[in-house]
Amino acid sequence: MATRLKHMAGAAAVAPLALLARVLDPPLRALQRVAGQGGMITFFLVPNMAIFGIFVLLPLCINFVYSMTAGPELFLAQRDWVGGAQYAKLLDCEDYTRPATCDEDLFWTAVWNTARFVVVQVTLLVVCATVTALILNRELRARGFWRAVFFFPVLLSPVVVGLIWRWILQRDGILNAAMLDLGLDPVNWLIERGWAFAATVGVTIWAHLGFYALILLAGLQAIPRDLYEAAEMDGTRPARMFWRITLPLLMPNLLVVIVLALIRAVQVFDEAYVLTGGGPGTATLYMTQYIYEVGFASLLKNPGLAAAASILMGGVLVVLTLVQLGLGRRGESKGKAR
Amino acid sequence: MRKMKTSLAALAVGLMAQGALAGDVRVMWYSDGVEGAVIKDLLDRFMAENPGINVILDEVPYSVVQEQLQVQLEAGQGPDIARVTNIKALADHWLDLTPHVADPDYWRENFGAQADWMRPDGSDAITGFMTQITLVGGFANKTLFEQAGVEMPGKGATWDDWVEASARVMESQGTVAAFAIDRSGHRISGPNISYGGVYIGEDGMPAPVNDGTKDFVGKLVDWTEQGLHLKDVWVSASGSTYRAAADDFINAQLPFYYSGSWQIANLSTKIGDLFDWVATGSPCGSAGCSGLQGGAALVAIKYTQNAEEVGKVMDYLAQEDVVREFSERTLFLPGHKGVNTKGGLNWDTQDPNVGAALDTFVAAAADVLPEAQRLPAWKWGSAYYGALVTRISQVMAGELALDEAWARIDSDIAEQVEAAQ
Repeated sequence: MATRLKHMAGAAAVAPLALLARVLDPPLRALQRVAGQGGMITFFLVPNMAIFGIFVLLPLCINFVYSMTAGPELFLAQRDWVGGAQYAKLLDCEDYTRPATCDEDLFWTAVWNTARFVVVQVTLLVVCATVTALILNRELRARGFWRAVFFFPVLLSPVVVGLIWRWILQRDGILNAAMLDLGLDPVNWLIERGWAFAATVGVTIWAHLGFYALILLAGLQAIPRDLYEAAEMDGTRPARMFWRITLPLLMPNLLVVIVLALIRAVQVFDEAYVLTGGGPGTATLYMTQYIYEVGFASLLKNPGLAAAASILMGGVLVVLTLVQLGLGRRGESKGKAR
Repeated sequence: MRKMKTSLAALAVGLMAQGALAGDVRVMWYSDGVEGAVIKDLLDRFMAENPGINVILDEVPYSVVQEQLQVQLEAGQGPDIARVTNIKALADHWLDLTPHVADPDYWRENFGAQADWMRPDGSDAITGFMTQITLVGGFANKTLFEQAGVEMPGKGATWDDWVEASARVMESQGTVAAFAIDRSGHRISGPNISYGGVYIGEDGMPAPVNDGTKDFVGKLVDWTEQGLHLKDVWVSASGSTYRAAADDFINAQLPFYYSGSWQIANLSTKIGDLFDWVATGSPCGSAGCSGLQGGAALVAIKYTQNAEEVGKVMDYLAQEDVVREFSERTLFLPGHKGVNTKGGLNWDTQDPNVGAALDTFVAAAADVLPEAQRLPAWKWGSAYYGALVTRISQVMAGELALDEAWARIDSDIAEQVEAAQ
């Protein structure tokens, strides 16, 4: 009886969709006769491609043209065409590893700060997310609660995350108050270069860990249990099971996590900007903040230079993503060959 | 039919782009204190007297005015009227109100002293008026000085005197620093000029950083290294981001705070009767005891479609009695000659510190040196201020040596001038 009721409820729920499919069927069949099967693919892709084109490709092209112009004007027609001068300015450097020798020293400071941030943050984030996912995958008491705890920061606005941690870490913040209560000397966390950098790394990991852990948790839950059971019967140690079973089968999810974390790390802005403002000095000045300040926030704005910097940053992102995808495909094909 | 549809679509886009209908006047306004409520009250009265004009007040954070208004203006968009501090650099976007106000001579007479601050060089346009005149200057925590048994330096005291006295208060009372200056190129320009700093070259273009500026900035960097100047304020951001040290002064963590007259209402509201504070004017350097004038202007935007209505709103707000009421209620120094000449402003406050502080700033205006008087009307002030604050904070953070900073400041300014021309 209950099963029959469930079937009836299911049929009622899909009835509108079935009706819609019947209504659309004749015109779509007619269209397919005219356009052919290949044409139908185009027909279904066009709306999405139009949106992508208008809101992604077109702005990208406009941004590229901007990077070839100079002046404070907003309309392209009013701006002076300078060709590659903005790129030349950004790339004019005696020694790229020493920003002080570069014409646009703040750009290169931001580049190296971002590179350092990406290496440290992505490595720590992936390790922490993997460990968290492994723990949350075990039979824990109140497992749902712990999963929610780790995921909760993901729901917060980046600005809120930055502000919360600023109140904790600033000179007269909660952490220093607690340290004073414990008889410890307070530390100016956001004013000392090393601590400020560590703060941006730590806070961004805290904010995004839950999201990546969730992806990895889904991957862990997809690994067949019988592989572990067989390994246990063979007397395999847990560490060996991790390296020989868990990690290889988790690799597709790890690759997704690494690519997403890498892209997000290169684009780091909101949490870090609210937390440290790029300081102390320029210790946490990252690429996106540099672009934002040059293009929008400085008293005399230079949108052409900001556009050139963003194109260079976009190029780096594309290369990194292609490398990651290439490595992923090579790994997949090796797996298949075995 | 197709032509009609096209026309309607163009009309709709045009209306959306302008953001205001015929008869509407949109005002972009930011507030430091209570002035948002005061201007709303005044505009409500204006609309009651002028039922055909609908004034829409958009109250926005200061950062929106600084960062987004210029983008709108460059696109030929924006509000009809805006309250701005970047007055000179954007002067090409302001509307000449001369044909739209009832009595241009009234405007020239009462607002003429600051008219050049808000119009392109060589122009005689009437573009708006100052809602407040500000003067950079210091504040001292009188209670902390008294508790420390340290005599507060008097008129004519130098920066060294103030820092030395504040350092003794810091040691006695355990404050985080002896003093702080807001993170702003504008704020340190008064002290720089007091030590002989010259920004404006003979050709009207930016001059290279000179010995006067180097003298004061060198001292400031030394004081920062010694822990006397609050390092947090200057190194806690990169670029030209503005940071105020007002909260540390309000929390009684600073014996001496160098900011400006616009802080008076803020200090009065937040400090209340927790401690006594006084305005000190600007400490002296080798060339004088100069602060730097400035302020916020209410300007009409030339892309408005309702210039006549804008003229009426501006005429109303520029009336002597309206300016007087606005100043009394906001505790702002007025920029209206008639109001200043007649004096007798009845400040709307019960705080005894406020009247004395305002009087001190009025008196300190007489000490402003000629170089400082020229700066508000100088187009390249923003370029100079931005470069100063960016590079000096790098020196304080240990990233640059002072000699490297001077070279970078000069090249930054030159690049910004080139990019803006």
